[in-house]
Amino acid sequence: MRAMTDTATSAAESDERAVLEVIGLTKRFGSNTVLRDISLKVHKAETVCLLGPSGSGKSTLLRCMNWLEEPDGGAVVLAGQRIGVRPGSSLRMSDRDLAAVRTRIGMVFQHFALWPHMTVLQNVMEAPVHVLKRNKAEARQEAEALLERVGLSNKMDSFPAKLSGGQKQRVGIARSLAMKPDVILFDEPTSALDPELVGEVLAVMQDLARDGMTMVVVTHEIGFARDVASRVVFMDNGQIVEAGHPERFFAAPETERARQFLVRYAARGH
Amino acid sequence: MGEFAVVWDHRGMILLGFENTLIIVALGAAGSFALGALLTIPLMSRQRAVAALATAYVDAMRCVPFLLFVYLLYFGLPSLGIRFDNWSAGVTALIFYNAGYMAELLRAAWSNLPKELIEAGHAFGFSGWSLFRRIILPPVLLSALPVIGNQLIQIVKDSAFLTVIAVAELTHEATSLQTTYFVPFASFIAAVVLYWVTCVSIEGTVSFANRFAEERR
Repeated sequence: MRAMTDTATSAAESDERAVLEVIGLTKRFGSNTVLRDISLKVHKAETVCLLGPSGSGKSTLLRCMNWLEEPDGGAVVLAGQRIGVRPGSSLRMSDRDLAAVRTRIGMVFQHFALWPHMTVLQNVMEAPVHVLKRNKAEARQEAEALLERVGLSNKMDSFPAKLSGGQKQRVGIARSLAMKPDVILFDEPTSALDPELVGEVLAVMQDLARDGMTMVVVTHEIGFARDVASRVVFMDNGQIVEAGHPERFFAAPETERARQFLVRYAARGH
Repeated sequence: MGEFAVVWDHRGMILLGFENTLIIVALGAAGSFALGALLTIPLMSRQRAVAALATAYVDAMRCVPFLLFVYLLYFGLPSLGIRFDNWSAGVTALIFYNAGYMAELLRAAWSNLPKELIEAGHAFGFSGWSLFRRIILPPVLLSALPVIGNQLIQIVKDSAFLTVIAVAELTHEATSLQTTYFVPFASFIAAVVLYWVTCVSIEGTVSFANRFAEERR
């Protein structure tokens, strides 16, 4: 366990309005530094899209936000409270405390990560009932309503193996929503989908954004970022190169690296 | 074929042995399965000392001949003041021996689970026992089902060794019958047929359960 005393006081200084804040985050895999001094604020009802070439550290940053990857330095602050370490120290939180924090941070996975032994409905009810200890009947009603919202009321009793990728990912989103999280992290939610299924998932996400859900989205869907993001964060080589409003970012990127990235994407027909 | 007539006349002995074999196998299977499932937790532990200890147990069980293990429990342990009757020694041997195999095959299934599936458990606030019980164990069992079936058949066959400590199971009863009435062919064939029936039933049950498991994988 590496000490993180350098930022132990950062939680107190953090922005109270931010739902999620990352301060001076560093992450190494062996000798390879994949995140260098990343700082980022996510405000309520914002949709922040993380863009950048493969290997730029976007997914690692996202996974550090709920401590699925443990950062080597810096802090993650959820609604004013530093997570991952015990209050006032640099010791790692207990698994149980970390688990409690994670219930407030939703996550949607690239490869869906639905629990295959449960039906669609059970997948959505599982954590509310068995982690949050919500009343089962109420959890079921909410799960049914959420599945209807993502257009899957007719698939509630199916097992994940019977669903298309797009359907699986919509279940994944409903499963996150069922926890009523403060923020949802999306890790390349459409990258594993056949092209014709991407739209149905993005439509659900757009709907959430419009409804005021706070979201952080790692994506290669430039169109989605342009139309839906409140802010675009462009990363390269483990650093935030440029961040700003999508209209400005896409029309006139400030940095050469962002410009090249966008040109490459345009060339590929995205 | 007078031999078979003799066996038929004394079918009570064979059936008693068969019944005992079924009881021993059921206890051995349930016990080794439960113990094996629990053993997967230390086997998969991130704490190396814990994992090494569990691995040592599994390896020990897999390297000791079952017959020798039975001797050790029944004849060896009394030297340390631990005494079993032959039934308890036999069932205990079956459980602890096969738990090593069960643990190893469940561990393999666990390591082959998609990593994201367990990560999703963490991300949704599961930890400790609830993570194991609700997120990890069910898909592990579903994917390990066919190999669990094989291990059950192994338990059936291991149970025949318990004749050496005079547990009145099927092999033991068939042996008594043949020595008493000198009908070796018929009494051993009768036992073989009953073992075969048992194994075929296990295979049938597993393949039925496998159909149930298929859509849940």
